[in-house]
Amino acid sequence: MRVEVDQERCAAVGRCAGIAPEVFDQRDEDGVVILLDATPAARGPVREAALLCPSAAIVVHEHRGGSHV
Amino acid sequence: MPELKATPIAARAAECPFDPAPELRAMLRDDELPRIKVPSPLLGEFEAVAVTRFEDARTLLGDDRLLTGQSLPTQPGNLLSYDGPEHARLRRMLTGFFTTKRARALRPMIDDVVAARLDALAAAGPGADLVQAFCAPIPTQVICELLGVPYADREDFRHRAEVALDMNSTRDEQIQKAADMQAYMGGLVAGHRDEPGDNLLGDIVREHGDELADIELVGIGNMLLIAGHETITSMLAVGIALLLQHPDQLAIVRDDPAAVDGAVEELLRYCTPATILPRQAAAALCVRGQDISEGERVVVSILAANRDPRGTGRDLDTLDVRRPPQPHMAFGHGPHQCLGQQLARTQLRVALPALFTRFPTLRLAVPPAEVDYKTTALVFGVKTLPVAW
Repeated sequence: MRVEVDQERCAAVGRCAGIAPEVFDQRDEDGVVILLDATPAARGPVREAALLCPSAAIVVHEHRGGSHV
Repeated sequence: MPELKATPIAARAAECPFDPAPELRAMLRDDELPRIKVPSPLLGEFEAVAVTRFEDARTLLGDDRLLTGQSLPTQPGNLLSYDGPEHARLRRMLTGFFTTKRARALRPMIDDVVAARLDALAAAGPGADLVQAFCAPIPTQVICELLGVPYADREDFRHRAEVALDMNSTRDEQIQKAADMQAYMGGLVAGHRDEPGDNLLGDIVREHGDELADIELVGIGNMLLIAGHETITSMLAVGIALLLQHPDQLAIVRDDPAAVDGAVEELLRYCTPATILPRQAAAALCVRGQDISEGERVVVSILAANRDPRGTGRDLDTLDVRRPPQPHMAFGHGPHQCLGQQLARTQLRVALPALFTRFPTLRLAVPPAEVDYKTTALVFGVKTLPVAW
């Protein structure tokens, strides 16, 4: 699994940091997403964060060069 | 009060105000994007494209060509009056105050506020109007602490917020309340200009005071104050009213701490306190092959979208607090979505289980059909919530 975040799209509300804090954090000054781990082991919470991101700013590649979720 | 005039796009079912009205469900089933008439105290009646499907709502609310700034009277400092880069610049001055970490850091203060309310309820019981005794004081006290607004002024600003969000108030009433709000917050801002306080308004003056005019600081303060208490008051009240009518669901919220976060999401989805979101197209748009012209107004029904089952394979009309994660738009979607949503979530996650644990015999003191719901306000709520235990 490979994760990408779009800091331009991010609305800085921290849904991802609440669901998968070991993978996503927020910048202190403006709350914009910071990706802590681009190839996380714990996939469930990351998929959930991507599904629930209210800005659609998280893209999860399930396989190498593979499909989007 | 004039005759109530619920717009079809905001309408809730008469017999169950948690559900979309039949005419709204009909729009949700229709393939066509209909044009409807929407009443507004400030704009008069206007024509708008009605958006009810979840995917359409998500597409449009995430599209930066759909503006909010043009769809409302402009208020400097209010994020809903800005779009594009101007909006992003102002919003990012504020987002740092509402991160998940900040909301988590406020949890002890919220725990204390809730505990104090529960003690007061227990002392006054065995019955109360939960709106006055629980749902309103908690978010009001939290946002006052956070912003640095005196809690003693709550009656005045709560009344003004109610008028501002009432679709049936008159234009004159709305203009008068807006002037009162400006004057009140103007006084607080002037104080922070002299000596920035140890709170959000003081921090904004310290960090961004040279980039913001007083009128913008006033707008920011009023936006945060209104958004910070009115919506959470309503969400707590309708959430409690709903759970009291679903004892099996209430028991899960009360007894299973691991279920609380998911339960709060389900309650947000099911209740959808912010029923509609108005927008305006800055350019011609195309949704599912249907054209929206430049300048056309658009009204998104979050109420309908959160019940749209297309593509989910789920029954979204059933309340299920153990539902697997289900995207919803109770806080909106895209660049304008609720800034304070983590703070709202934290308050709901603390207050609901604490209430039901403290009062395990809590019940409605009136028949469910007599609960007085606010179905025509921009925010769905209840006027009073009489309970006993």
